[in-house]
Amino acid sequence: MSTVVLLLFTGVGLGAIYFLVASGLSLIYGLMHVLNFAHGVFLSLGAFLGFEVASRLGATTWTGFAASLLVGALAGAVFAALTERVLVQRLYERHIEQVLVTVGLGLAAVALFDGIWGTDPQFISGPAWLGRTTHILGANVPNDRFVAILVAALVLLGMVLFLQRTRYGMIIRAGVENRAMVTALGIDVRTAFTLVFTIGGIAAGLGGVLASHYFGYVSPLLGQTLLIFAFIVTVIGGLGSLTGAAIASVLVALLQQFANYYLWGTGDLAVVVLLAVVLLTRPSGLMGRRA
Amino acid sequence: MSSPTTPTPRRSWVGTAVPLALVVLLACLPLLNLHLPGVLPGPTYTPGSLHLMALAMVMAALALSYHLLLGVAGLLSFGHALYFGFGAYVLGIVMSELDLGLVPSVLVVLVAGVVFSTLLGAISLRVTGIPFAMVTLAFAQAGSVLVRRDPGRVTGGEEGLRLPTEHVPDALIGVANTRNLYWLALAALVLAFLLTSWVQRSRAGHVAEAVRENELRVRVLGMRPFVVKLAIFVAASVIAIGMGMVHLLLNSGAVPTIVSAEFTISLLLMVVIGGVGSRWGAVTGAVLYVLLNQRLTVLAQAEWVHDLPAVLRIPLSEPLFILGTLFVLVVMFLPGGIAGTVTRLRGRRPSRGGADPGADRVEQVDDIEDGDRRQDEGVGAARP
Repeated sequence: MSTVVLLLFTGVGLGAIYFLVASGLSLIYGLMHVLNFAHGVFLSLGAFLGFEVASRLGATTWTGFAASLLVGALAGAVFAALTERVLVQRLYERHIEQVLVTVGLGLAAVALFDGIWGTDPQFISGPAWLGRTTHILGANVPNDRFVAILVAALVLLGMVLFLQRTRYGMIIRAGVENRAMVTALGIDVRTAFTLVFTIGGIAAGLGGVLASHYFGYVSPLLGQTLLIFAFIVTVIGGLGSLTGAAIASVLVALLQQFANYYLWGTGDLAVVVLLAVVLLTRPSGLMGRRA
Repeated sequence: MSSPTTPTPRRSWVGTAVPLALVVLLACLPLLNLHLPGVLPGPTYTPGSLHLMALAMVMAALALSYHLLLGVAGLLSFGHALYFGFGAYVLGIVMSELDLGLVPSVLVVLVAGVVFSTLLGAISLRVTGIPFAMVTLAFAQAGSVLVRRDPGRVTGGEEGLRLPTEHVPDALIGVANTRNLYWLALAALVLAFLLTSWVQRSRAGHVAEAVRENELRVRVLGMRPFVVKLAIFVAASVIAIGMGMVHLLLNSGAVPTIVSAEFTISLLLMVVIGGVGSRWGAVTGAVLYVLLNQRLTVLAQAEWVHDLPAVLRIPLSEPLFILGTLFVLVVMFLPGGIAGTVTRLRGRRPSRGGADPGADRVEQVDDIEDGDRRQDEGVGAARP
């Protein structure tokens, strides 16, 4: 029983990190039809800069941790906004080339991180409380899981409120539904594009800092590894659907955890099998509109 | 998109003689003592140079198979490395585990490869466009995990797989025989080029190009785009599997890197830098990539780079940073890559905007996606 509870919390915590990466991907794809291969490096940059700031301010203090979250989010936001303005927006309506540009950026950025921080993982530590465990239903759950879940829930809430309550949120939702119509109404969707990238960057940057605490290290490949799972989550959830991304994140992470524990470490394979099953039965994903 | 897709070039004697002469020249290189300072590490007959050139040719052949997917059928795959890795790893495993000689093992791998790629292709092709890219990526990732985790103790995990030399003819083993491996790679490249041309000119190739342009029209004509795309997918995969096998022999082993997503991305890099939609573009891009990668790695270790301030030293000592940046610049400013630029400079461009054939190809990939959506809506509406 206690194992199941532990796996549940660990899985939902991992799902929270997947959601932070996948939500941005899904929104960007939904609005712009761009599969952002550079999303993983937004995450890695956030994690690295967060790590640097935390180690300057004292890695084990709460100030350091809060600052690392803030800097991670900010780094992701700035990097993402620049990517959109400088690279993606210039290739207007040329979707495959937009994807290729993000592929190139991802490659170059990972190489650059390798050069700056080295290829070996940098082990990190946070406030002591994060490393301790809380006793729930007979299981000792590491506290960083709760923080990841809390932050992801806040981000989800923030995104939903933004999309439902603000003018730009409305434009973005309308753009996801029918971009041509929004443009025809004389609304400049380009600002919405930059905004969506920035929001995705914030989520990815936060995800980077949390992931580095979850896994205990930062490395240039951290973002790329998580990106692949985020892709799978996005496809399973349905491209462009935020709810789909949230449900699929938790589903994929839980499956991965349980398969790793009960089925001899086959978590990654189980996820791919789930993807194949979803594609065979519902090609547009769980919450995707019927194409 | 009603412009003719393959303007059949007039086959003058130049068109046959130049490639033939090039192949003959390449075949003679191991017997010559040519120096190409800055390009090759030594004279052409030395094993180091021969190995590098052979590697470039294997990559060129692999890029040709990727050209079938992206250039001909408009399928953006992020999992092509899986088939290359399949060729290398499964050949090694079949030889050592089943205790078979090289030739029977190759046949076994080819048959297994056809089954494997048909199965995965049939699942992946249920979606098109960007989702297809993600699904192929996921499958390749599963392969990569399998190879690294090594559940059956056959792949060697992170260490890589050693070529079971006892099952390979002596003429293909050892540094002294690099020449033979070079000729093998050259033969593989020529074979891949002929196969690619044949598939592209075949009925399936033409239909695939039509599907890339407008899937609905093809369907209306009573043909099944799925079957055609699958045929191209399998053909491209089988060529990649063949090249994986040559790579195993050439490097006397296989490492997990060749099954990774990064490897497919480097393939994409070669094809896009060379020019999407052009066979010689794919070959040129691959050769350029391999040579640049090798030379940039040498540059990174140079004395003068170490003395530079960090701002310059770090980027210069990361070959992939330079290649990635080059790739971004090509996509942004040279759509159509090298082949497209050469065509444009020659002024043979049938006027339509500032774009060139390569760029059209890339854009057409989008059109399929959009066409798909339109057509699905159309089909849905027609249903009672």
